[in-house]
Amino acid sequence: MKLDFNNELPIYMQIAKAIENNVLKGVFEEETAIPSTTEISVKYKINPATVAKGFNLLVDEGIIYKKRGVGMFVVTGSKEMLTKKRKENFYNNYIVVLIEEAKKLDISSKDIIKMIDGGI
Amino acid sequence: MGAIKVSNVSKKYGDTFALDNITLNIEENKIYGLLGRNGAGKTTLLNVINNRIFLDKGTICIDDKSMHEDGNCLGKIYFMAEQDLYPQSMKVKELFNWTKEFYSNFDMKYALELSKKFELNINKKIKELSTGYSSICKIINTLASGAEILMFDEPVLGLDANHREMFYKELMESYIENPKTIILSTHIIEEVAQLIERVIIIKDGKLIKDESVEELLTGCYCVSGLNKNIDDYIEDKNCISVDEMATFKSAVIVGENSSLEKNNQKKLDLEVSKVELQKLFIYLTSDGRLK
Repeated sequence: MKLDFNNELPIYMQIAKAIENNVLKGVFEEETAIPSTTEISVKYKINPATVAKGFNLLVDEGIIYKKRGVGMFVVTGSKEMLTKKRKENFYNNYIVVLIEEAKKLDISSKDIIKMIDGGI
Repeated sequence: MGAIKVSNVSKKYGDTFALDNITLNIEENKIYGLLGRNGAGKTTLLNVINNRIFLDKGTICIDDKSMHEDGNCLGKIYFMAEQDLYPQSMKVKELFNWTKEFYSNFDMKYALELSKKFELNINKKIKELSTGYSSICKIINTLASGAEILMFDEPVLGLDANHREMFYKELMESYIENPKTIILSTHIIEEVAQLIERVIIIKDGKLIKDESVEELLTGCYCVSGLNKNIDDYIEDKNCISVDEMATFKSAVIVGENSSLEKNNQKKLDLEVSKVELQKLFIYLTSDGRLK
């Protein structure tokens, strides 16, 4: 799990995002436990209230759920859900930025497509 | 329990106010950062809360009981002071035994465990400890005290990077296991910025901030861009700092960065970034900048 304190996003959102990334990558499998508030809090020296806030974000989105006395578990189907959500945001998060930068550098859409073709 | 109520507290040394009418509610079971520049009054505030110096005005209550009237209040607090107040010829292990006499919840097993982790030789006399180990000895005594309120005044003084990291981790572990009220007074803001939930900033004896760290940081932002664009942008804003580099300026604005603002920033081609707690502290406490 990577957290960057200089990142623009508030820490609790970064925690949520890092867990999402790990669910997407299959590091945290569905119906298995994610690290506890204590583990994250101590390891990264973050206030447990901040970690809990990040967890709550994921609970609200239906990515994880709480098993009483055991911990937080990954919801079945959350990987698919996250993939869908990230796909929807792909245009805004990546393409818009790409086009903006390309305009600054005077790179044509043809050239971008060529680069993409070469990259994949 | 472990709430502290500071009401209209003033303390004067000669003609200068060390504390100037401070009112503050410290909520139980939260971690506070007490920040201020040298001589701002941090230690004085901690001292008056601990009844170590007399107040000129105001009251201090611990869990709704007045510090002056209820003798049990002090037992709820363990205050790690910056100075060395322990008997110098006492051995560390004797110190632990004595602390247990005063703090019935003192956890000897934990103290010994921490001593091992930090490699503190408990057979050494206090006066034989280096600056770093003197801090470590006080830290261990504080963490193991079992008090409901822990106050640390410059806890990491003289500690190397490894020991500082260990301290923060032990502190978090102890806090999660047994929630308590913690006040950290420190100059190393960067290292505690994620650790603390709320921040108290004092300047020249006055309270200037008592807020959650997150609220404080989301309540401001930094913009940078061409001189004239920045000048246009900050005209109607509460701007606490402006830096100029050649044709470029950057400014720190207090206020919410709403979507309307974001549009304006885009129009003026400004880059926006968040402000770190330490930076914000510097802006808020350097002279003549605060509007």
